[in-house]
Amino acid sequence: MGKIKPLLIKKGAEASLYLTDWHGRKVIMKKRLPKKYRPSKLDEHIRTYRTIHEPQLMHEAKKAEVPTPTIFLVDVKNATIIMEFIEGKQVKQLLSEVTKSERQSLCLKIGELIGRLHEYGIIHGDLTTSNMILDFEGKIFFVDFGLGEKTKELEARGVDLHLMKRALQSTHFRFTEECFDAVIRGYSKVLGAEIVKNILDKIKEIERRGRYVAERKGERE
Amino acid sequence: MVKDDKMKKRKASESYCLGIESTADDFSVGISTFDGEILANIISAYMPEEGGIHPREAARHHAEAASKVLEEAFTKSGIKPQNLSVTAFSQGPGLGPCLRTGATVARALASYLKVPLVGVNHCIAHIEIGKLKTGAKDPITLYVSGGNTIVAAFDSGRYRVFGETLDIALGNCLDVFAREAGLRQREGMPFGAIVEKLAVKGKKLIPLPYTVKGMDTSFSGLLTAAVNLIKKGEYKLEDLCYSLQETAFSMVTEVTERALAHTEKKEVLLTGGVAANKKLQSMVEVIAEEHDAEFCVVPSQFAIDNGAMIAWTGVLAYKCGLVTSIEKSFVKLRWRLEEVEVPWVR
Repeated sequence: MGKIKPLLIKKGAEASLYLTDWHGRKVIMKKRLPKKYRPSKLDEHIRTYRTIHEPQLMHEAKKAEVPTPTIFLVDVKNATIIMEFIEGKQVKQLLSEVTKSERQSLCLKIGELIGRLHEYGIIHGDLTTSNMILDFEGKIFFVDFGLGEKTKELEARGVDLHLMKRALQSTHFRFTEECFDAVIRGYSKVLGAEIVKNILDKIKEIERRGRYVAERKGERE
Repeated sequence: MVKDDKMKKRKASESYCLGIESTADDFSVGISTFDGEILANIISAYMPEEGGIHPREAARHHAEAASKVLEEAFTKSGIKPQNLSVTAFSQGPGLGPCLRTGATVARALASYLKVPLVGVNHCIAHIEIGKLKTGAKDPITLYVSGGNTIVAAFDSGRYRVFGETLDIALGNCLDVFAREAGLRQREGMPFGAIVEKLAVKGKKLIPLPYTVKGMDTSFSGLLTAAVNLIKKGEYKLEDLCYSLQETAFSMVTEVTERALAHTEKKEVLLTGGVAANKKLQSMVEVIAEEHDAEFCVVPSQFAIDNGAMIAWTGVLAYKCGLVTSIEKSFVKLRWRLEEVEVPWVR
């Protein structure tokens, strides 16, 4: 492929990320490897679907003015995507390293970006702080759109933000509240107070839903 | 010195905790030593003639079964009520009437015997019994049952939830499907086991909705689609069971792998009623291997709701000085796993 031998930089659950060279450019090669646990037909379907879907959404996100790595090549047969390598730091690491005010301004910015995606009709599908990279110019890039979809439905928006909250609760439990509040403030800047109120209600509903279904049935009786 | 240690050991093994489980359709009493030796684990299952669990009917079953199950547990363990040091009970989450019945029995027992009462979180008990029985120390846990579908791991004082179902639980999805297919469960052969048996004979993978959102899952669309296909009658039931299992299990396995990659834990624990399913076990084992983690699965008698897990978690809590006063022993229908401090885990 080039001068640099592909270097495995992250073995994720779904894909392996390699840092490599593509026509003289440092790139990320994202390869969705077959999963032995699921039937091959299902496995192929999932990997193919996500390989096609992800670059499409990343491209759309740019139109919504949300920074995403530029796509250079999509190899559907091998479930591989070659994209721009963003040099920077994962927001996941940053949140616990920075000061409170820096943390809040990061989260405010993240909320704005999510707002832009949603306003444009894009659902990210896996909003966690590991899927956000702050580059050296202070721009936040969103990655990993494989589980995303195109819709403006309230339900989908609610689930998306619920996932963000969940990620904060599980990984950044010391700052969950201040971070999520800032995310919502940023989000409201784009979508306005009224939509945000509906979405917050929706999130509450979503959070009640999965809790204990048998018990909910009991309540209705 | 050696003698001292022995004394200590014997003394510890002379303390016992009785645990009462009654969150849903099972009423169970378990007795554990303070060292984690399970002396009894008696389970009485409520089997509705048809339909799902009716909370009041289930609670009636529990009230009727309580004295017999208690008696059996004492007989089996060979200890007397007055030997107990603590009584633990499942305080939530679960069905109100069912929880209340178990709590009433526990309160009565604790007051009569003048022993402390410990309210235990049902979900945490599933994790703790899994750890006790498999030796797992710090696993990422996939807890799958009729009421819960949760991916959790310990961090800083609590179990943190990384993913869960957005609607119905995995076990619930399988149960409702089986009922809609006209299958009948019986003692020792619950719906899940029947679906599993049929699925083994299935070969054809029928496309069904596969819904993963981050580390969360959703089974209601899958269930609706699968039930519609039963009604259509175009496919063999074996193939439908196979496809339902493969699709649903792939979803939970995917999110577990995601949480595993995210947390970089070195053990994967499978617990809860659906953990008894061999197919699911084999799938989760694959991802554990892939990430060089040890695969641990709770033995089947401790996979379903059981009193032993409540007794053991009661021991853990009690040893940390956690007790529940009678006034504060009201049941908590929506008690979240991550709300509970677990000082016994480090």
